[in-house]
Amino acid sequence: MSGETAGAELVVDGLAIRFGGLTAVEGMCFEVRPGEVLSLIGPNGAGKTSAFNAITGYIAPDAGTILYRGARIDGLRPSQIAHRGVVRTFQKTSVFMGQTVVDNVLLGLHLASRQTPLAILLGLRWVAREERALAEEARSILAFVDLEARAPDLASALPYGELRLLEVAIALAAKPRLLLLDEPVSGMNPAETESFMRLLARIRALGITILLVEHDMRMVMGVSDRVICLNHGRIIAGGTPAEIQTDPEVIRAYLGERYVRAQG
Amino acid sequence: MKRALTIAWLLLLVSVPLWLTSLYVLHVLVMTGIFIVAAMSLNLLLGYTGQLSLGHVAFFGIGAYTSSLVSLGFSVHLLPGWEVSLDPQPVWLGMLCGTALAGLCGWAIGRISFKVRGAYFVIVTVSFAEVTRLVALNWVELTQGPMALNNIPYLRLGTPDLVEVSFLRKPANYWLVLAVAVVSYILIRRLVQSRAGRAMIALRENEPLAASIGVDVTRYLVLATIVSAAMAGAAGTLYAHYVRIVDPDVFLFIYTVTMVIMVVTGGKGTLAGPVVGGFIFGLLPEALRSLQIGPEIQWVIYGVLMVLVLYFLPQGIVPALRDWWKRRQAVSQRATMASAAPRTSMEAAR
Repeated sequence: MSGETAGAELVVDGLAIRFGGLTAVEGMCFEVRPGEVLSLIGPNGAGKTSAFNAITGYIAPDAGTILYRGARIDGLRPSQIAHRGVVRTFQKTSVFMGQTVVDNVLLGLHLASRQTPLAILLGLRWVAREERALAEEARSILAFVDLEARAPDLASALPYGELRLLEVAIALAAKPRLLLLDEPVSGMNPAETESFMRLLARIRALGITILLVEHDMRMVMGVSDRVICLNHGRIIAGGTPAEIQTDPEVIRAYLGERYVRAQG
Repeated sequence: MKRALTIAWLLLLVSVPLWLTSLYVLHVLVMTGIFIVAAMSLNLLLGYTGQLSLGHVAFFGIGAYTSSLVSLGFSVHLLPGWEVSLDPQPVWLGMLCGTALAGLCGWAIGRISFKVRGAYFVIVTVSFAEVTRLVALNWVELTQGPMALNNIPYLRLGTPDLVEVSFLRKPANYWLVLAVAVVSYILIRRLVQSRAGRAMIALRENEPLAASIGVDVTRYLVLATIVSAAMAGAAGTLYAHYVRIVDPDVFLFIYTVTMVIMVVTGGKGTLAGPVVGGFIFGLLPEALRSLQIGPEIQWVIYGVLMVLVLYFLPQGIVPALRDWWKRRQAVSQRATMASAAPRTSMEAAR
């Protein structure tokens, strides 16, 4: 491994994922540096979400290693990976629909709590104290994503844009050091996307590293330090947003061979 | 206000044996109380983790048999030339053993079925209950089989020469069951209003999301199963030393069904649900019996009432009442605001 990867937050090396005869990801290598926003882009079916699922333990990779802060995390369960500080959101909106907004964040604060079953059953004093502190923290996380006013409402009563904010609030409650966002602004209108980009900047200011999968190119180019482009499970390009925008391979992947020929 | 209401309820429940003259009704209340404890334990699994244990009566029966056997003493030949025997132990020790062994079985069931959810969990628990029933029926040397365990001692606390409380008569048993029910209620409330309970709700509502925020799904499923099983076992030990005869029929499927009815009609996933449902469907058969109508008509009424409750209140009685109360308060709030508004405008006009 090169010296460059030594200080990396996350290192994905030779990752391969196959579903039966279908290869979703093949020989994928990349690294996420501490504090940066790295975006994975690529056409549908390029393997972005599969890579996400492998990093967070939802599917077992067929080959390759995944190192988080120097320790292997491939083969661990999702909850163990979350415990180490790698937390994700889902492409399809995923919250606890039957609970209130503030309870959703409280559920997300699972790792922030030190309560053990025995202490709970014995009703120890500090458990109640911690409960009050957790409720306080849930409120402040809601304020951070601008959902404070929605705290007592049922999650199922929220409009789509606010549900996506709630997802991020739940993920933030789990105290991530590396946050993986899977198409967080898909289906949002331009104004909502704008405000989400500002939220992303605030999250980044907390020192949280972000790995982003996104189709909205304005957002990707606006927030990313680096962009990696995938096609058919392979990395075809990587670099700064400006480099990616002019990369012929990327243009070919997105717009097709004939477009490139016509331009040439 | 809420606290005063709770205390008033408790005082009423505690005072029942003091003014209730009918010992038969008191007996019905004791049996209902035992089933309410079992229903509360089932609610922890069914209501909070969302897993239906259709063999819950197994833990109840294991508690009953273990407690009886420890307090009666036993002697069995496990292998040729290898005999295991136990002298009669104090009843309280038996009850502790019954509760603990039921909890241990809960742990085993939770571990075995950690990968199976939903329908498969139901099948595992149903099979477990059936196996325990067949063991109780056929291991005659230990359980007396269909001849049943008889003359099970009643609970005595303290020492004969100093102070001794004996739980032979109905009022004492009523208070004992009430105490266990209150303790169970408090334990379940602590659990569900904590990190552990929230983890259970999280995995009920959205398991992939729960895992992504660090909830160890297996751990909390197993925890819920252990607590639930131990509590059902405790209810079983109460039953054994109150009725004082235990036969393999304690494992009958109908008892599980009764618990499920109590939980679902009362409102699963609510603290008060199994208590309310337990009182209604525990006392209903006795109330119908007093109506002097044929037994087949009684059960038809029981069934029709149950269907009506589920048809009109699919969430259960407690959530329906809670919603109704919330709506009523919202309406009265609007009414006071509406009545306040014209007065100020009239004052302004004056």
